[in-house]
Order: sequence, then C-alpha cells, then structure tokens
Amino acid sequence: MVREVSESCMDSLLTEIVSSYCNRFYATKPELAARRIEAIGYQVGHQLTERYTIERPRFNDHLEAIKFICKDFWFELFKKQIDNLKTNHRGTFVLQDNKFRWLSRVSVDPSVEISGAAQEPSVMSENKSAQATGLHLYFPCGIIRGALSTLGIPCAVTADISNLPACSFVIRIKV
Amino acid sequence: MAPAVPRSGDAIFANVERVNAELFTLTYGAIVRQLLTDLEEVEEVNKQLDQMGYNIGIRLIDEFLAKSNVTRCVDFRETAEVIAKVGFKMFLGVTASVTNWDTEGTSCSLILDDNPLVDFVELPDTCQGLYYCNILSGVVRGALEMVSMKTEVTWIRDMLRGDDAFELQVKLLKQVPEEYPYKDDE
Repeated sequence: MVREVSESCMDSLLTEIVSSYCNRFYATKPELAARRIEAIGYQVGHQLTERYTIERPRFNDHLEAIKFICKDFWFELFKKQIDNLKTNHRGTFVLQDNKFRWLSRVSVDPSVEISGAAQEPSVMSENKSAQATGLHLYFPCGIIRGALSTLGIPCAVTADISNLPACSFVIRIKV
Repeated sequence: MAPAVPRSGDAIFANVERVNAELFTLTYGAIVRQLLTDLEEVEEVNKQLDQMGYNIGIRLIDEFLAKSNVTRCVDFRETAEVIAKVGFKMFLGVTASVTNWDTEGTSCSLILDDNPLVDFVELPDTCQGLYYCNILSGVVRGALEMVSMKTEVTWIRDMLRGDDAFELQVKLLKQVPEEYPYKDDE
C-alpha cells in the first residue's frame, strides 16, 4: 500500500515555504524569495521523477515526456490528470488543470474581479491577493521544471491564473 | 465519567483527504536542504524549522479540534495521550507512544518508531547538530499554546543521529488560564 499523510500536512508545508521565504528570509527581495521557492520545487520534481520513471523505457520525444507529466506524474501528485494540453508544435506546451488543488484553499480578495476581462494586466499585478496567489505557484512551476530537466528537457515554466480556480502551466522548451 | 474521547485517530485519518507521502517527505527534505544552503548555520536552520512548525501548529489545532471531537482533557497525561494517538495519527498516519513521565505528571516523552518525515533521509557529516525533524517539535508546541499550555519540546533521541527511535520530550511549563473577551452580563 502506498503511504499517505493528510493533505493538511502538505498544505501547511506549502504555506510555510511561501511565508518563510517571502516574509522572513527575503522580505525585501521578492525575486530571490521566488527563486528559492522554485528551487525547492525543482528538487522535489527531480527526485519524484527519478522514482516514477525507474521502470519505464526512455521517452522518444518531448511530447511523450510531457504526456507523462500530464498523466502519471500529475496523478501521483493530485490524484487526477491535467485536463487540457495544448501545444504550438514549436516547443511551447500549455497544461491546464481546471481545479488546481494547491490553489483551492488560497483565498482571493472578492472585491477584485481577477478574471474580469476589463482588468489591465498591470492593475492585476498590483493586486495583493493575486500576488500572494502567484507566490504559491513558484513551487509547482519548479516541480514541473525539475521533472522535465530530469527527463533531459531543459525548459522554463510559468503559470497563468487568469481563470481561477483553473491554472495553466506554460512550458517553453529551450532549444 | 467524562465522555468517551476517541482513543485512536484511525477513523479520522481514513476520512480526511490524503496525499502521497513521498511528495510530502521529499518536499520537507527539499526545504531543509534549501534552508541549509541559504542560512548556512545549522543552529539557525534548527530555529527556523521550529518556527515553521510553530506557525503550522497554531493553525493545525483548529482542524484537530474540529475533526477529532475530543473534549477538554482532564490533565496533561490525557493531553499527551491524545496527541500521540489521535493527533499524530490524523495528520501523519502514524501513532506515538507516551512514556517517561516524571512524578508530577508534567513532563513525558512521545516516542515515534515510524516517522514519515525521514523516509529516504540520510544526513551527511556536515549536518552534525541538525535536528532534522525540528518542525515536529514546533508543531506540538504551537498547537498546545493555542489550548493554553506553554510547553518546552525537545528531542531526546533521533534515529538520524544513530538512536533507536525518535523521542520528543514535552514539558508543561505553565497552564495559562483562559480569559474570555466578554463578560457574562453583557
């Protein structure tokens, strides 16, 4: 049987990573805090991928590796698969999770309509709750980057939350 | 007779949302690793892990009280049993045993034979002095403080340091009387 812990344990750790790095260690240097949180995720993605691919044949191309992330890997982490995968066939992949678990308990200031079409991107980034939500995404972005790097695919990963509670991860493969 | 307090957290653990423990264990490991890089001093890492635990404990107690249905413990002995059998079980899926009571009943040890935080963990020589699981002591201290008990929580034995179990000593320093923010006649 697979060992499990309560989801609150994981949620608590994530909250504490973000608050320790952003409010205590690097309170005045948000970019550094972001980079450290991403690094923690990278390490986790790297180690998990090594474990989950031990008995698998090598992936033949990028798409196969990305599909592994969307299906098996995501399932191990969230007990569901990525809901939608898009690609421009030139090295960019968009993975959408319609109800991303790690954001489901992050509260968003109801007075600000984040998903509103009229919102200017610049206004959005000034909104504190959107910023706080963003901080929670460096960790999963790091996990995905760590996972793909371990599979031999260097890439950059960003997240888009303009459609909460859906979350899209944008993977740009470096050529 | 006091109402029956759940003597085990099995049923609660079976009903909460759970995640793959590997993810949790590796995430904790990655945090410790990153803290060692960023803070450099092992002492400081111990301190920060304890602080993170404390912050978690003061929040987790709410979930514990809401889901466990435990009523007020009659004494610290009962408190320790509830932490070991219900608290550890409902969050980490393992139980601890309670031993080494002092004669006053204010200090005891929680013993963990099985600890999901340390699966896959081996400490290199450069990490001497690190209390790898220090987050746990912080959680216990933080949670108890929210129910009016000031405690001191220290590691006595640590398997990562070659001991045969994890032993966490919990010492009750002071019981803070509850102060209500309201008066009865208002």
